[in-house]
Amino acid sequence: MSGHTYLGMPAFPERSAAAVQDAQLRHNLRHATRTIRGKRAAVIDELPDWPGAREAAKEIKDRTLRHLDRYLVQLEEAVTAAGGTVHWAADAAEANRIVVGLVEATGERSVVKVKSMATQEIGLNEALESAGITAYETDLAELIVQLGEDTPSHILVPAIHRNRAEIREIFQRAMADWGRPAPGDLTDDPRALAEAARLHLRERFMSTRVAVSGANFMVAETGTLVVLESEGNGRMCLTLPETLISVVGIEKTIPTWEDLSVFLELLPRSSTGERMNPYTTTWTGVTPGDGPQTFHLVLLDNGRTDVLADQVGRQALRCIRCSACLNVCPVYQRTGGHAYGSVYPGPIGAILTPQLRGMQSELDASLPYASTLCGACYEVCPVAIDIPEVLVHLRARAVQESGHRAERLAMRAARWVLERPVRLTRAQNAAGRFRRLIPKRLPGPLGGWTDTRDLPPVPRESFRAWWRRTEKGDS
Amino acid sequence: MGEGALELLAERIRDYRAQVRLVRAEEIPNAVAKALRARNARRIVVPPGFPAEWLASGECEWLSDEGPLTPAELDRVDGVITSCVVAIAETGTLVLDGGTGQGRRALTLIPDYHLCVVPVGRVVRTVAEAMPLLDPIRPLTWISGPSATSDIELDRVEGVHGPRTLEVIVVG
Repeated sequence: MSGHTYLGMPAFPERSAAAVQDAQLRHNLRHATRTIRGKRAAVIDELPDWPGAREAAKEIKDRTLRHLDRYLVQLEEAVTAAGGTVHWAADAAEANRIVVGLVEATGERSVVKVKSMATQEIGLNEALESAGITAYETDLAELIVQLGEDTPSHILVPAIHRNRAEIREIFQRAMADWGRPAPGDLTDDPRALAEAARLHLRERFMSTRVAVSGANFMVAETGTLVVLESEGNGRMCLTLPETLISVVGIEKTIPTWEDLSVFLELLPRSSTGERMNPYTTTWTGVTPGDGPQTFHLVLLDNGRTDVLADQVGRQALRCIRCSACLNVCPVYQRTGGHAYGSVYPGPIGAILTPQLRGMQSELDASLPYASTLCGACYEVCPVAIDIPEVLVHLRARAVQESGHRAERLAMRAARWVLERPVRLTRAQNAAGRFRRLIPKRLPGPLGGWTDTRDLPPVPRESFRAWWRRTEKGDS
Repeated sequence: MGEGALELLAERIRDYRAQVRLVRAEEIPNAVAKALRARNARRIVVPPGFPAEWLASGECEWLSDEGPLTPAELDRVDGVITSCVVAIAETGTLVLDGGTGQGRRALTLIPDYHLCVVPVGRVVRTVAEAMPLLDPIRPLTWISGPSATSDIELDRVEGVHGPRTLEVIVVG
């Protein structure tokens, strides 16, 4: 990940402590997540065999990831045969360079964008801006984030932290700077806000010649890309421009066309709580007379093959970005997405971000701890990612990798004491003798632990010592 | 297809706040005329291959896409009428593949009103049953209700960039 907007951020505990003080944020999140949880539960219950579908989806993704090298080559061949051009990008910088080069080759100075996590991950908008190219976000929530000069806080609804009154205020203030101004009499009725976005972007869709998208799925067998959306902004971008550039993470591959059906059943139900999202577009290369006549696919690695090497952590690559885990997470519901300092917030972000970015920064090393391990995320995950398992695994890695010197020293000391019974006895005797000197609250950084807990009282003697002294407890 | 698939399709499409009429084959021209009259829609795009006998109404101007129509022209029409290749009952989904009577993708995108006729024999019950009937080489559009968004407080609102009104005539 480029993480340019997130560099040097404080760790999760500090960021979340600040976030939970924001009463408006907590109200917005509680309202939105409660709404969506109810809808999801109702349509998931309708499925005749949810555990079976979930298992099938997991199997398909695992099979793909096991043979990803083969499927990616098959995908490249199919896309090329259908008239598309495939580019391979090892990291964010390379992907940005490729896309900037492709846009510059068209001679255009602006692009319209379909909501895409991959392009956020690599910081594409900023890279385009540096090259003098304006990227216009067209998804309603992305538009709210872009106009508000904000960062996304949810995978599905990046502006979930904003309520209708705030959105109205952002539209009135900033729409004029980006194009058609907001209507003068704009209210905070969601219908009116959606209508304002329609008017603002209409001309833009008709006149822009280059579009940038991601994809929800890529079918290796046929070379077909799939985008699920609601508003029609995706269809506009995928249909009207002359050139389409899609930037897609390599893990979005699935083997066959038939495999797609289980994901089309699971994703909308898990995501927006609908039986099906309003619009799904699938395209294979280019079609004469219909849609863009030039199509580029940029396959993005950016840390994904490293994640594949970790036998426990790799299951995170099954993720289909539905965001059900965010909506049920007790931590996410209170802190919101910004505390996670990544485009991938919530439980899935807590296992994906440290794996993609590494755990060198204090923020990234703190993310595996941003959880109570309650397991609600695993329960709702449509591809059965055992998020608590990966969190615990990453916690172990975080301790081994960097920092945590004091913790490692303490563990080594404990091991030395526990290795020999005679050492343990001596340590227990010493603790018993000096127990009055042990403070109620621990000093220094350890004080954080005793702020919310009592230190257990140290007994005068150990059980073994008492047993010996009283002759097996008789007296 | 199974029992009650047409009724299920109608019910599920209505859940998306789209209008649905269940008709017999001989009632199609009447149903089309009635739907268009109710909206006062007069300039209607008709994709290549759409059955002319379903367009009995003399009140409308039928626009062909041989030209083809520019996005600006499509933005000025009153609506578009198409058929579909498959309809999925359980999810209330219409799938268009650009084939006969459906036209290229922009036709069902830019106009604000889309009237879709689901011909006899095109309804399946599940998504899995639809997959083998679809050709992935063709550009496909899956439509489940009118354009909508959940981006404001995760509450669904109909009508953003795509057609704000979807009306469906299911032939059984």
